[in-house]
Amino acid sequence: MRVPLEWLHEYCAPPLDARALGDRLAMTGTAVERVEHYGVGALDKFVVGRVLEAGRHPNADRLSLCRVDVGDGEPAQIVCGAPNVRPGQTVAVARPGAIMPDGTTLKAAKLRGLESQGMILAEDELAIGTEHAGILVLDDGDGDRPAGAALDGATLRPGAPLAEVLPLATDVLVLEITPNRPDCLGIYGVAREVHAATGAPLGKPPWVEDPGTAGAVEGASVEVLCPDLCPRFTARVFDNVRIGPSPPWLKARLMAAGQRPISNVVDITNYVMLLTAQPLHAFDLDRVAGAKLVVRRARPGEAVETLDGQTRILDEEMVVITDAEGPTSIAGVMGGARSEVASDTTRVLMEAADWNGPNIHRTSLELGLRSEASSRNEKQLQPEQALEAQVVATHLMIELAGANVRPGTIDVGGPGTRPITIRLRDARVSGLLGAVIPRGRCGEILRALEFGVADADDGLDVTVPPFRRADVTREQDLIEEVARIAGLDRLPATLPSRHGAAGRLTPRQRLRRRVADALAAQGLHEIVGWSFVAPDLADRLRLPANDDRRQAVELENPMSVDQSHLRTTLLGSLLDAARYNRAHGATTVRLFESGPVYLASAARAPLLSEPHHLGAVLIGAARTATWRDPDPRQADIFAAKGALSALLEMLRVPWSVEGASEPFLHPGRSAAVLVAGDRVGWLGEIHPLVAGDWDVTEVVAGFELDLDAVAGRAGGVAMYEDVTSFPEVREDIAVVVPDGVAAEEVIAVVRRAGGRLLAAVEVFDVYRDAERVGEGKVSLALRLSFRELDRTLTDQEVAARRAAIAQALADKLGGSIRAA
Amino acid sequence: MIDRIGELREQAQAAIAAAESAAALEEVRIRYLGRKADLPNLLRGVAELAPEQRGPTGKAANQARQALEALIERRAGELVAQELDERLTQDRVDVTLPGDPLPAVGRLHLLTATRREIEDVFIGLGFNVAEGPEVELVYYNFDALNHDVTHPARDHTDTFYVHDDVVLRTHTSPVQIRAMELQPPPIYIIVPGRVYRRDSDLTHTPQFHQIEGLAVDDDVTMADLQGTLLAFARAIFGEERKVRLRPHFFPFTEPSVEVDVSCFNCVDGVTADGQRCPICKGTSWIEILGAGMIDPNVFGYVREYGYDPERIQGFAFGMGIERIAMLRHGVPDLRLFYDNDIRFLEQFG
Repeated sequence: MRVPLEWLHEYCAPPLDARALGDRLAMTGTAVERVEHYGVGALDKFVVGRVLEAGRHPNADRLSLCRVDVGDGEPAQIVCGAPNVRPGQTVAVARPGAIMPDGTTLKAAKLRGLESQGMILAEDELAIGTEHAGILVLDDGDGDRPAGAALDGATLRPGAPLAEVLPLATDVLVLEITPNRPDCLGIYGVAREVHAATGAPLGKPPWVEDPGTAGAVEGASVEVLCPDLCPRFTARVFDNVRIGPSPPWLKARLMAAGQRPISNVVDITNYVMLLTAQPLHAFDLDRVAGAKLVVRRARPGEAVETLDGQTRILDEEMVVITDAEGPTSIAGVMGGARSEVASDTTRVLMEAADWNGPNIHRTSLELGLRSEASSRNEKQLQPEQALEAQVVATHLMIELAGANVRPGTIDVGGPGTRPITIRLRDARVSGLLGAVIPRGRCGEILRALEFGVADADDGLDVTVPPFRRADVTREQDLIEEVARIAGLDRLPATLPSRHGAAGRLTPRQRLRRRVADALAAQGLHEIVGWSFVAPDLADRLRLPANDDRRQAVELENPMSVDQSHLRTTLLGSLLDAARYNRAHGATTVRLFESGPVYLASAARAPLLSEPHHLGAVLIGAARTATWRDPDPRQADIFAAKGALSALLEMLRVPWSVEGASEPFLHPGRSAAVLVAGDRVGWLGEIHPLVAGDWDVTEVVAGFELDLDAVAGRAGGVAMYEDVTSFPEVREDIAVVVPDGVAAEEVIAVVRRAGGRLLAAVEVFDVYRDAERVGEGKVSLALRLSFRELDRTLTDQEVAARRAAIAQALADKLGGSIRAA
Repeated sequence: MIDRIGELREQAQAAIAAAESAAALEEVRIRYLGRKADLPNLLRGVAELAPEQRGPTGKAANQARQALEALIERRAGELVAQELDERLTQDRVDVTLPGDPLPAVGRLHLLTATRREIEDVFIGLGFNVAEGPEVELVYYNFDALNHDVTHPARDHTDTFYVHDDVVLRTHTSPVQIRAMELQPPPIYIIVPGRVYRRDSDLTHTPQFHQIEGLAVDDDVTMADLQGTLLAFARAIFGEERKVRLRPHFFPFTEPSVEVDVSCFNCVDGVTADGQRCPICKGTSWIEILGAGMIDPNVFGYVREYGYDPERIQGFAFGMGIERIAMLRHGVPDLRLFYDNDIRFLEQFG
């Protein structure tokens, strides 16, 4: 909403500059997007001039050489390109130093060899109109002056400041009107706010005196067949209308408010809308077939050609205004081409109607058609506003279009519901705000906002004015009105008394933090990926048709195909980030993400299952290269497993892996991760074809877990174990087993045979050598730790366990212990 | 004879002192104390001396031998230390070469780090951390939050739809309703999480993060809202900060406010070097979040769970984590958060 201050000041003029007024409005609930200057600058350089002579420029056919009285003795020589310049005209002159609306400064210049000491101005050069065919003539010397211009001889004296004659420049507040305040979509509504916010007096509304009358109108009628969608329809008829340009002051206000002037009647509808917030539409009554308008729901597929020349196809939820020949307007949104006013129009039917906001919103959305009218009507204006606008329009039709208003006013629907009265309790005001606003102050504020106020036992009885009917319906709404004008900056800063509330993270939230910390401590950087993925991700990950992760949920209205589905795995995000970093020069990429994936779930339909996953990828050096180790080992499945085991051990969850693959993994270097026997994720190296699709030729190792599933198994409170009072006995053995026996199996056998005394088993070497170990065999070096909690073990006890282990390996796995 | 012993002793002492290596010292030992050396020979010859000479001569020879042995031992110790020093001195490294680091530590994403800091402030103020679904019913995302059926946020141009009645949540606010359905008042929660809006430009990404706050009790006031947000603003932006509540409109709060924090980068909009402050744009205030007292209509949706709008009241607020992180760390472009460039990531966390 653009509010030219020059216009606002007609109704309320606080002694504040634009910025200070903007600040005050911002602190009382009307946000100011920006403050603009509209029009010219250096106003003292714009003067009234009288053309004394206008002759041919000796060097140019189309230019005139003029001598212009600008009030300071010697006439100025000005070169003028307009065809309509004549001696005797009173004109608008910009002198050197004038700042034009586009910000440039006018200088004395030579035009075709002759000096021009300024410029005779056309309307558009002042940005107070769009006319450029000729100069703006303030008085042509025969006493004819522009229609409606209230000019007298004194102000038209040569040298008089032009700003006294025309609204040359104004500051403009660009306001952000919140959706609850459609009353502020007009200048007068903003003036009410300014009055309440600053205390500056508010002028009378422009609709207090009505030149029109009530009652039936001869020769025109209106019927509303859908009163639910059209609460009020008002119309007046004007005869002897003379279509022509609007006066400069009106054009200037429209321009500053962002509307293009067109012709007096159309400009009046726009001007009144900008002033009162109520859209109007002018019909050429002679083009209304049957001189009767009918408001009804459209028929499915019904077509109407709108003012912009396009044909719109309607549905039965949309409302049309029709005459005997069919639809002429889309109600509340845009007028039709068939009945619009034209240069030969002499009789006008002026419509100002109230519409159902949600319905207008839908129509505008469905048709992709927004207008100044629809953007106001969809916010739900009040029926009273229709007649107010009608009154203002009547004044202007008489004054600016020379029209006669025909007696009567068509009024279908009438005013809105009776105003409601709400009790505003003192205790509730202070109870909600945490500060006292005295009753007297509350009353003062509400009266300034045009609420009716009466004293009650415990507060005030407040009557809501019609233009606030939709917004203020409850006591809490009144408290907001009082609080915003009284000033929220006066509230104290206190803390809630918090009856028994204590803040903490849940175990699951703590676990997520610990997991992220553990991975970061191992050198992985955390990423935050998009929840959106492209539909081809499933193919790129080689997921088969029956894989649940293929069933990614699709958005109805994605911003692009690449972001049209919701991810079912973190792997896409991680590989995207890996590729991005490699493309930007990183050779070592160690990343993890902790975040949700989105899975279709019958149990939660129509919502989804959103488990929190943890994923990681490692590419390149497993540890940082240094001058001593310039070529460290590359990350592989064991590097990923190392990172994974560190965090699962920290969480004290019982876990293991088993050989199993995923479609996107290297079939020989992949595993399923099990926690307490349940599969919770995968571990391995990404299949080279998949990695290649993300432009990675090196090994990509990684894992992904359902962290929610892991969290369910995380160890609770750790209990003390005495491991310091008695020493443990360590023994290294080399176990030879057939190649193909998993290390996990060997350890399981050793553990069982080692019994309670065997505290730990760890693989520290793996060795294959046909000569020394045997063909088809593998040697695993194990470090065994034996311990008893209440005494030191003897050599005999350890030897017995060792013998039992050897026996078990032989029996269960066909293995043996190799001599050290 | 005794003279001869004295002579040998002096010669040997000089030789020990002169020995510059373990090998040379051993040579000296063999020369003076070895089996064929003069001093042991003298001792063996004592028996052949006249009886009155045997005592003094033997004693002198023994003393000489013991003294020399002690000297050799001491000299040997000196030489070991000396040789170790020489060896260590030669084992010299270029101490200016770079260190050999333990595995490099990775970083938490700036959004995670910021979220944790904010969470910790509110946990300290007595709030719990709640969560809720990102794919959400229109009922929770709009209806129960008192959004008019024409509210533009409902449009397909603004909000991602999965079905007619299912959207990607556009804010963390629906968790307000879900939390109140699960627990009667008093309730003090914050809700961090991903949210989605159909917007993509310099200052908008279709996915971003919010933290919602909700406090409902029988006596929570707007002044409490101000105090709570003041504590938050000071924890995150510095102890000198002030906050101001600016009236605004949101469908689910009444009164509604936008909250500004006093600029941490300037004084009255002017930076230390006299420039117009780029962070607050010269206004000395920075908008950080939206808030308000919960609209009675919202309580109307959860009345049956113990939320009678005549008996209880509360405040709610919502902030963008990206915005807080950008302000605080001077991040100029929202999209940096989602590029996940390691050179960006490792600056924070």
